[in-house]
Amino acid sequence: MAPGDPFEELAMNPAIPPEVRMALRAKFGLDDPVWLRYIHWLGAMLQGDWGFSFTSRMDVDQLILQRLPTTLVVIGSSQILAIVVAIPIGVLAATRPYSLFDQVANTFAFIGFSLPTFFTGLLLILLFSIQLDWLPFVYRADIPGSGLPWIWEHIKQSIMPVAVLGLFQGASLVRYVRSAVLDVIKLDYVTTARSKGIGERKVITKHVVRNALIPVVTLVALQMPIVFGGAIVTEQIFRVPGIGSLLISAMLSNDTPVVMGVTFVFACLVILFNLIADILYGWLDPRIAFR
Amino acid sequence: MEERELRGLIDRVKKGSLSRRSFVRRMAAVGLTAPLATQLLAAGGVAMAQSRAAYKPTKRGGGGTLKVLWWQGPTLLNPHFAVGTKDQDGSRIFYEPLAAWDPEGNLKPKLAAEIPSRENGGLAADGKSVIWKLKQGVKWHDGKPFTADDVVFNWQYSSDPATAAVTSGTYKDIKVEKVDDFTVKVIFDKPTPFWADAFVGTRGMIIPKHLFADYIGSKSREAPTNLKPVGTGPYMFKDFKPGDAVSGVINPNYHQPNKPYFDAIELKGGGDAVSAARAVLQTGEYDFAWNLQVEDEILQRLEKGGKGRVNIAPTGNIEHIQVNQTDPWTEVDGERSSLKSKHPTLSDRAVAQALALLVDRDSVEKHIYGRTGPATANFVNNPERFRSKNTVKEFSIEKANDILEKAGWKKGSDGIRAKDGKKLKFVYQTSINQPRQKTQAIVKQACQKAGIDIEIKAVTASVYFSSDVANPDTYTKFFTDLQMYTTTMSQPDPEVFLLQFTSWEVATKENKWQGRNITRWRSEEYDKIYRQAQVELDPVKRAGMLIACQDLAVKNQVVIPVVYRPGVSGSSNQLRNVISGWDNNTWDLSDWYKEA
Repeated sequence: MAPGDPFEELAMNPAIPPEVRMALRAKFGLDDPVWLRYIHWLGAMLQGDWGFSFTSRMDVDQLILQRLPTTLVVIGSSQILAIVVAIPIGVLAATRPYSLFDQVANTFAFIGFSLPTFFTGLLLILLFSIQLDWLPFVYRADIPGSGLPWIWEHIKQSIMPVAVLGLFQGASLVRYVRSAVLDVIKLDYVTTARSKGIGERKVITKHVVRNALIPVVTLVALQMPIVFGGAIVTEQIFRVPGIGSLLISAMLSNDTPVVMGVTFVFACLVILFNLIADILYGWLDPRIAFR
Repeated sequence: MEERELRGLIDRVKKGSLSRRSFVRRMAAVGLTAPLATQLLAAGGVAMAQSRAAYKPTKRGGGGTLKVLWWQGPTLLNPHFAVGTKDQDGSRIFYEPLAAWDPEGNLKPKLAAEIPSRENGGLAADGKSVIWKLKQGVKWHDGKPFTADDVVFNWQYSSDPATAAVTSGTYKDIKVEKVDDFTVKVIFDKPTPFWADAFVGTRGMIIPKHLFADYIGSKSREAPTNLKPVGTGPYMFKDFKPGDAVSGVINPNYHQPNKPYFDAIELKGGGDAVSAARAVLQTGEYDFAWNLQVEDEILQRLEKGGKGRVNIAPTGNIEHIQVNQTDPWTEVDGERSSLKSKHPTLSDRAVAQALALLVDRDSVEKHIYGRTGPATANFVNNPERFRSKNTVKEFSIEKANDILEKAGWKKGSDGIRAKDGKKLKFVYQTSINQPRQKTQAIVKQACQKAGIDIEIKAVTASVYFSSDVANPDTYTKFFTDLQMYTTTMSQPDPEVFLLQFTSWEVATKENKWQGRNITRWRSEEYDKIYRQAQVELDPVKRAGMLIACQDLAVKNQVVIPVVYRPGVSGSSNQLRNVISGWDNNTWDLSDWYKEA
């Protein structure tokens, strides 16, 4: 278990008697052995009690609920951006392998997923916030107002974090889409479809892409937990108040109940997205469907 | 500084031949904080100066939204639970104390009608009680009147051990009585020259009795108002997301006329100090950023953006090196750094003296901290270093070599000095932190030239500063020869602060390393003077004693002060705000305004 103490800041302050710190530790059960604390936590969790944060003394489920919408919006839109960018580019690149377009797309994809998000994030801040002064680099979840200007404000502040995350994801996705489509495009049934006189566009959309999407769906679904991991860094850079930044600050302050709660949510998300992937398989290829 | 000298100075202030400001400055130079210096004047019969009133707006509101950035957002909004300054600062938007400390260390009334003094009968002649007169007509945000009952309740709330309030150190040893609806009396069990602690400043914020009365003691965590504060401050609570954002709207019934200027306040948390500095100094996206722990070089570069300025506020925080007086490498009765042991080499006065000479504070200031860490020779904070008489900061490799040579420490073939088979090899630890690790390198280099070998060690801050009894790397255990960190003097009086050199506070296995004397230095002389200071009725005599205490610790090289750390924050060029190092960043939020 990681060492540390949620009340370390109190230790630095000579005006706060050590007894206070000891009393707090005792009150919150921090002096118990780890296994006992885990059993307490598990018991409470099974009854729906997520515990409370040591640093904010607020219920953990409430804390997470406050942050979840922002996380879902930012990660959701970045995933949509990734898919929207990656699928057409990947398919186009695969239909004309080794063409100029394919080579340019590949180069950018390699650069894209080689650059870590903390680097591209800082780069975008330097360019768009400091040099050009177009976009804010502090994300605020609670912008007052309503209507179009309000929506515009939200879009403006989301552009950079969503772009950073989405393009990072999209870049690796392009490579997968391309190879999946390349695998399918050589199969006999595609040739048959073509020889029946079906137009090239229809062959690609109806016959190739649909089948090629199965490995892509697997990848997107299984990557979701990794996206949440990548988002922790992005959330820190842009001050996006998502559950990733909650997890980071909870870990830094040794706020165990919050860390447990957030990782539990992550675990649930992994299961959820696997389930979604399974359902999508059935729709894409009825042979896989569970009957 | 001697008692007689102090009295002479106070007389001169009385006669008017010495200004209050230069008196405070002289006190600071010998190691006394500005608040203590002004308290000395008050006890000597000189009235406290009124805080300068620079507030210009002539009507309430109309200033738009104030946007401030705390790179660690507040995590809770009950001042009695505040874990760090971020929480106190956040609470202070809504709650107010009876009085606050201004940058010069004068008290400024907030919820008090006036500052207690000898003349108005507020201060008892025996120093055992203080009478506070409360401002009348003050209303809580929900419309209920603020009275003496609220003040008494705060004492009950915090001093109840079951509440586990972090402010309990301030309230547990006093008694508070209600005299009438707008008068309270604070009673001390012994003469207390520094009377302005309870209900004042960071730990003095008053919470409403009518909303917290049912949540005293063990139920303290359940109070709904812990997260939705109802106070008397300039802004009323709107929304709170722990660690992320706090927002408030103007209090239309605020008890001071024409204040506050802004219609709303938004405090955004998270991120890091450098980008917070950037958002205020370079891009102007925000109006204020707290605690800019950034190398001065970077701050200066960002200031060139022309959108904001850096505020430097004097504080009592000191970055210092501690010299272990016990032996950390040999277990005695199953305990390292045991009181029964003596450090094999550092206990030699010559070695300690040489070490102090090898800390190049001026270089540390020049190359690392800049404006954010002026070099100092004093342990008790020293905002102005020009007049220090008793202690000197000196860096001299030759002198150090000389002292060691004379004491019989001879260089061996490896260039390391040794005597009687004991080598001058030390492990020097600190927390992982760039400026600290750079300081280590500077000290190590100088020591090498004097034949002392330093092994550098850096521990993750979350381990180093934890109170985890099982971990050997915490700073309270101090299982190395030297260590360095910043200790804060949040209470503007050095008595509690200087407790860390008394022999009864030694951190040992027995008290789970909870004692405050981490260097484990024990001196009968120090104990004697300290005990006398604790019961000394006369604040001037007491001040002389406390100065003598700090001098003893420094002159015996128990600690080597390096740089003192002022409070550093950033403000936009239009924002007019006064930051006090003796109080919260938001201590005077009601007076913040923007110049057109």
